[in-house]
Amino acid sequence: MQPNHIEALLEVADDSLVLGQRLCEWCGHAPTIEVDLSLSNLALDLIGQATLLLDYAGEREGQGRDADRLAFHRDAEAFRNSMLVEQPNGDFARTVMRHFLFAAYANPLFEALTSSPDARLAEIAAKSIKELRYHLEYATDWLERLGQGTEESHRRVAEAYDWHWRFVDDLFFDSEAWKSGAESGLWPLRAQLRPAFDETLNAGLARAGLAEPKPVWPIVGGRLGKHSEHLSSLLATMQVLPRAHPEATW
Amino acid sequence: MADMAPRDLSQQIAEVLARVPDPEIPVVSIVDLGIVRDIGHDANGSWVSLTPTYTGCPATAVIKQATRDALDQGGLGHVDLRIVLSPAWSTDMITEDGREKLRRYGIAPPEPASPEVACPRCGSRQTAEVSRFGSTPCKALWRCLACHEPFDRFKCH
Repeated sequence: MQPNHIEALLEVADDSLVLGQRLCEWCGHAPTIEVDLSLSNLALDLIGQATLLLDYAGEREGQGRDADRLAFHRDAEAFRNSMLVEQPNGDFARTVMRHFLFAAYANPLFEALTSSPDARLAEIAAKSIKELRYHLEYATDWLERLGQGTEESHRRVAEAYDWHWRFVDDLFFDSEAWKSGAESGLWPLRAQLRPAFDETLNAGLARAGLAEPKPVWPIVGGRLGKHSEHLSSLLATMQVLPRAHPEATW
Repeated sequence: MADMAPRDLSQQIAEVLARVPDPEIPVVSIVDLGIVRDIGHDANGSWVSLTPTYTGCPATAVIKQATRDALDQGGLGHVDLRIVLSPAWSTDMITEDGREKLRRYGIAPPEPASPEVACPRCGSRQTAEVSRFGSTPCKALWRCLACHEPFDRFKCH
């Protein structure tokens, strides 16, 4: 794996890490205890996946950085996640819509990674895809409930779609690092995952009775380390303790 | 222990592992749940491979420590503990014995072949899902429409 392939691997790992951290903010604040448990469990899966991917990226890099080092001691511009996953939780509809869009992308991606010639990446993907399938089912169920629920729930989830749609191209952005890995056969171009995503998206929208989003100018840059203002504050919360006590163990 | 035949040593290690409880569902052992993958011996000594249920399951670190403690207390000397991911853990790896223990404890065991879920208390199949997630990553929350008791269901995974 070349150095730029390791950077591309961070794109996948950071999506999981940042979304997992975002979902943790719901703990103790969700609309019901069942939703609270669900969101925490989704977060656990994502942080587990991120840990495996970051540990592997650190090993391949060979500079002694492990998952914790990469998670807690990089600044925002070194993160390669898409801007979608760093968006604030907003209301429950925004959280559900963000998760639906992410899971609709992550499922075909991790499915493809299970047949990567990189054996370690393939086994991490095989482990993760089982969890991500459940994430997509969960998000689609809630999308339908909100879309077909009350006038207010429909309005809110439609607004959530309008908001998040501008970040979908960022999710699918093929960086030079990612393209290089694709040329080496490690993974497909993200553009190749788009038809599977569109199919899942359209099926989910039909179930929820949602229309096309309002046309918006897409915002891209996450894969290049250009983020919205929200990532820094998320990282500040996530990183403050290990940065204040860098050698601490428990 | 070092002069013991590998076969006897494997047996001894297996017996110790069969007594290590899952930290979140203590009625089943890590062997019942299929978390213990293999026991082996090489030039450096014995090893045990363990596989996590879910990638982020907080119990994985506790299980590793509990396994280490049990092996130490069993006087088995240094046994290398290895975490393996492949093939990915599945609920098919839970033993028959483990499924029965779960049911008796009030957790509906995974039944991939059946769309219906039997209530672990009264056996009725008139049950409904309350929430896709329960108290741990491996469980969902259900309720029985016959005896009205809520129960955990081990998710098919």
